[in-house]
This record gives sequence, structure tokens and C-alpha cells, in this order.
Amino acid sequence: MDTKTFRPVTKKVRAEVSSASLSELVVHLRENRTELREEWVRRITEAQLLTAMSSEEIFAEATSVFDNYVEVLESGSVEALQAYARNLSERIIPRGVETHEVVGIVLLLRDVLARSLFAKYQSDFSLLNRVLDAYEPAANRIANTVASSFVQERERIIRQQQEAIRELSTPVLQVRERLLILPIIGLIDPQRARQLTEQLLQGIRSNRAKVVVMDITGVPSIDANVANYLVQTVEAARLMGASVIVTGLSPQIAQTLVIIGVDLGKMETVGDLQGGIEKAERVLGYKVELVEEGNN
Amino acid sequence: MMQVPILKQGNYLIATIQSALTDADLIQLRDELAARVGQYRTRGVVIDVTVLDVIDSFSVRTLRAMVQMLKLRGAEAVIVGIQPEVAFAMVQLGVTLENEATALDLEEGLVYLDQKTKVKDRHAQG
Repeated sequence: MDTKTFRPVTKKVRAEVSSASLSELVVHLRENRTELREEWVRRITEAQLLTAMSSEEIFAEATSVFDNYVEVLESGSVEALQAYARNLSERIIPRGVETHEVVGIVLLLRDVLARSLFAKYQSDFSLLNRVLDAYEPAANRIANTVASSFVQERERIIRQQQEAIRELSTPVLQVRERLLILPIIGLIDPQRARQLTEQLLQGIRSNRAKVVVMDITGVPSIDANVANYLVQTVEAARLMGASVIVTGLSPQIAQTLVIIGVDLGKMETVGDLQGGIEKAERVLGYKVELVEEGNN
Repeated sequence: MMQVPILKQGNYLIATIQSALTDADLIQLRDELAARVGQYRTRGVVIDVTVLDVIDSFSVRTLRAMVQMLKLRGAEAVIVGIQPEVAFAMVQLGVTLENEATALDLEEGLVYLDQKTKVKDRHAQG
């Protein structure tokens, strides 16, 4: 019974003690701002982190990170730091700063500050203990926040780029009445294969295409699944009344197709894009002639 | 029971499916077309499946049988208007119309029949 009523009181007392130590800590950090910052930057350069940035830049960023750090210790709220870390990540990611560097510098700052606390309170062990009790959880939270903001920002950029690649990756172009070309460049994964199929079949419908030239010169190799998917696409196109001519098969892709045993009667292939277009023109009844000079 | 209208257009018959069909409807269409082809001395038939958003294996089999029956009765047949999703689903199910003619839409189907019957005429004359 007694212990139950007693417990909240100790908690409260401990909280008060820790907030008192925290404010003491903040005062200490503010007082020694310049030295600590310099020490931190020295350690960063020594560890060869942030090599993509100049030393002035490192110092400038280190100053704002330091101030933000102290502010978080004082207020206990990480929101401002989070926003700052996102903003910083946005600036440094394009310059090739890696995750381990960001985590590394935050941990270095933690170490530098902890050392300065040791130096200051070395005479009074119990006071040092109390200050560290207050400092460590806050410092860990800060390291966590900065690292996860960086990773989040990075993921956001990757997602954005993936989206852009996806949009650019499969154009369906009309080169003549009823003739489409579909140039494919880069690796085809199952998701892209699905999207490609969709765009091709929709393209046939919306452009009323009769022949489609699918050029895969830019595709180095495909796995059996994707190869099967392409063959199925060709068949589906035929069901819609369009024929597909595949051009530019690399030796590896040719081998894959032979290994999975594609019925080549179903799939028309021509060596290169030019040959494919010429063939398609013949199928559609176009005749391309060179205009003789002096005739026009 | 859902009736599929069969229109006569010159030498051709046009059967446009209007809504999802039961198996029995499809068989009725098959028999009806086979009968009409003889009756009108039809040279070609267009079967328009634009409205179908599902074509199962029974439908494919019946359509295939339909095309073959019509050929035996002396008419070329072409299936038109298979939707992109339907086409891909059919291929994935492994049901394809390998020996049957397909075309994008009614217009294309008629062009196909014109070509096909012209070739025949030329053979008949030569």
C-alpha cells in the first residue's frame, strides 16, 4: 500500500532532479559553445567524414546542428531539429553524403559533449552521474531523430526518382498511321513489364494500331519470367488485331527465349529498328521512295 | 434469354454482342449464325465482342467452334473488339485464338473480310 503511493513521488522528484541537471547542462554547453564546436569539427575532419563538403561549410552546418542540439536538450521537443535535419539532408544528399557519415557526425558530437561533461564533473561523481542520466536519453533521441530524418529524406528522393523513371520509361509513339513504336531502354522488372503491357495494349486501342514495333535494343538481358510476359503481350496484341514486331534482340535475350522454348511462329523478330519499321511499312502497304533530284 | 442481333450487310453478317452472355446464349448465337450463313449465302461474318469484359474458356471454345463451323459453311469469320485487359487475361489463362482471325474493331474486321474474300475471288477467276 505504502509503496504504491510512494512511487509517483520518487518519479516526480527524479524528474525535477533531471530537469535541473538538464538546465545546468544547457548552461554548460552554451558557455563552452565555441570550444566544443571547434573540437567537434576537428574530430569530423580527423575521421574523414563529410569529405564532399568544404571545411567552411562543415563549420557552418556544425554550428547550426550544435545550436539545434542544445535547443532540443533545453526544450525536449525534437520537431524543430527534425525539420532542420530534413532540410539539411535535402541539401547534402545530392552531394553524395552517405548515411554512415551523418550518423557518424551526430555520434561524434555526442561523444565530444560527453567528454566535456566528464572533464567538468570529474570531482563530483554523483553529480556527473545525474547529469549523464539526463543527458544520455536526450542525446540518443537526437541521434535517432537526425538519422531517421536523413533516411526518410533519402527514401523520399528515391521514391520521387523512381516515379520519374517510371513515367519516362515506356513511351508508345505513333510513327505512321496505324504504326506504333515502343522503344524500351534499361532493365525490365516484373512491375515494369506489367506497366509496359498495359500501355502497349491501351496504345493499340487508342491509336487504332495495326502494327507495333517493339524495340529492345536498350535491354541487356531479361529473365525467363519477363520473357514469358513479353511473349504473352505479343499474343494479347494479336487478339486485339495488331501484330507485334520485336527488334534488336541481344544475344543473351535470344538465348533466354530459346531456353524457355518460345514458339517463334507466334513472334515476329527483325534484327534492328530500321528493319522492323521497314517490315511494318510493307505490312501496312506503305512504299517509301527516294525522291530523285530535279523531280520536285 | 438474351438475343444477339444479327445484321446483314451486303455479303456479310454482323453479330454484335450487346451484354454478357450465358453459355446457352452463346450456343444459340453459334447455331443461329451457322443457319443464316447458308440462308443468305454469306461470304463473311464479323463477331463483335467489344462489350464483353470477361471471356472464359467456355466462351473461347464456343467462339472457336463458331468460326470453324462458319468456315465449313463457306464464310470467313473474324472476331473483333477484344478489350486490352480481356486479351491479356485470355493469354494468361492460356486460351488464345491461334487459328482464328481477330481485328481491332468492326471497321477493321470488314477490311479483313474484304481482303480475304477478294483473294478467294481472284483464285476462283484464275
